[in-house]
Amino acid sequence: MIIEVRDVKKNFGSLAVLQGVTFSIEKGEAVTIIGVSGGGKSVLLKHLVGLIAPDAGEVLIGGVNIACLDERELMPVRRQFGVLFQGAALFDSMTVEDNIAFVFNRERRYPREEIARRVEEVLEMVGLKGIEKKWPADLSGGMRKRVGLARAIIYRPDILLYDEPTTGLDPIAADAIDRLIMHVVQQLKVTSIAVTHDMRSARRIGKRILMLHEGRIYADQTPEEIFKSTDPVIYRFVNGISAQQENLDL
Amino acid sequence: MRPISLVAVRMTTSAKQFALEWFSGLGRGALLCRDIFKSIFKVKPVWRDVLYQMYFIGVKSQSVVTITGAFTGMVLCAQTYFQFHKVKMDTATLAVVSVGMGSELGPVLTSLMVAGRVGAAIAAELGTMRVTEQIDALRTLATHPVDFLVVPRFLAMLLVMPILTAGSVCVGIFAAFLVGTFLLGINPTYLWYNMLHYTGMNDILTGMIKTFVFGAIIAVIACDKGLNCPQGAEGVGRATTEAVVYSSISILITNFFLTMVLNKLLP
Repeated sequence: MIIEVRDVKKNFGSLAVLQGVTFSIEKGEAVTIIGVSGGGKSVLLKHLVGLIAPDAGEVLIGGVNIACLDERELMPVRRQFGVLFQGAALFDSMTVEDNIAFVFNRERRYPREEIARRVEEVLEMVGLKGIEKKWPADLSGGMRKRVGLARAIIYRPDILLYDEPTTGLDPIAADAIDRLIMHVVQQLKVTSIAVTHDMRSARRIGKRILMLHEGRIYADQTPEEIFKSTDPVIYRFVNGISAQQENLDL
Repeated sequence: MRPISLVAVRMTTSAKQFALEWFSGLGRGALLCRDIFKSIFKVKPVWRDVLYQMYFIGVKSQSVVTITGAFTGMVLCAQTYFQFHKVKMDTATLAVVSVGMGSELGPVLTSLMVAGRVGAAIAAELGTMRVTEQIDALRTLATHPVDFLVVPRFLAMLLVMPILTAGSVCVGIFAAFLVGTFLLGINPTYLWYNMLHYTGMNDILTGMIKTFVFGAIIAVIACDKGLNCPQGAEGVGRATTEAVVYSSISILITNFFLTMVLNKLLP
């Protein structure tokens, strides 16, 4: 198991967001976590990379419990991850090139030419060749997400996390991002975990779907099983039926 | 419940809330200081980042600080002259300006101006980075926010503040000299001689030590407010305001205690 989450609980004040989440992910798996907005999906994702510490429970990455590590001890663990944030989270004071090569520039591990070559390679992979000198503010939402993805994959991480990769994009841009994620997972053979409430995207980018409901993993099934499920909670979520709508239909 | 008891309960609750916020802020500041020193001694600072911050904090604040110093020196000279003239002590005017500017007004006013300009900018920049998840992105890229964001600002502030203050004090004294000589008609030779005679190394040292401490206070408070900024545009606004207000108040309070301590240490 590359990731194991054991009985993780997290409260924000009086709000219990995670109430005992348990699941595990094997190396090379492509998993999607679905659930309603505000249901704790992004909070769960942030637990996996140590951005949020759980109130109780364990988060094991490669067998190491990261729940009890401090910020500096977490740094080597985080090198295994590439994260695509919901709003891409590009550094707006840096060009696209400097964003993508951020760690290389800081660590001065490679000569300038080598860094430029790697940046060009990943930008080509995400279909944005030639925008190295642009600023994040000059890019569209879809382009920002692609650059965010390029920044996440340049270090060849073992695990890729995507937080709502298609949220806020038009259907065509969302389709392009989905294809890109599938392409990256296939090409780099990484473990991929995406959080989304976009069912079309969830079906395409995940080989296994975890449904987070009321702070717990409610379902752990393949996309086909989820889409065929007659369980009322899963059915309502997959088909986008609110409780209000159900009452009106009755 | 009677209205008077209700008011008492509300006052107690807000006092408790204020005390809680004050102590948690103090604790956060102390932990941030610990992280800063850990980072400075364990991780090599990136001097290119420090230099950029020195340019932003130092060079860009120079005009504001110079104008503040010049006009403070001029007004202090005029006010001192108006009082000293009554007792025929006109030529001691510049000595008062020099001691006052060097040990009190120079460091305090320069720090207050820098807190307003730079402290606000630091809190707003880091706050925006926090609400747009850029700080989380930084952490996922295995970079400690204190190493990358706080240490360069802290070091730059320590290095730049004494220089800014020295500039402000010199300009203030020179402006006061010009006002005293050309506007108030005081003999320039005696004016200058008395200033040199009554201004001691302890006055200059006191000012420099103070400015060093004030620089650290501004950097720590502004970075803390930015890194712990509440969500949303309102949160960034609040963090910016609090950074300026808390830095200014801390500077004024610390100034009193530093004056008392340094007066004993550097008599």
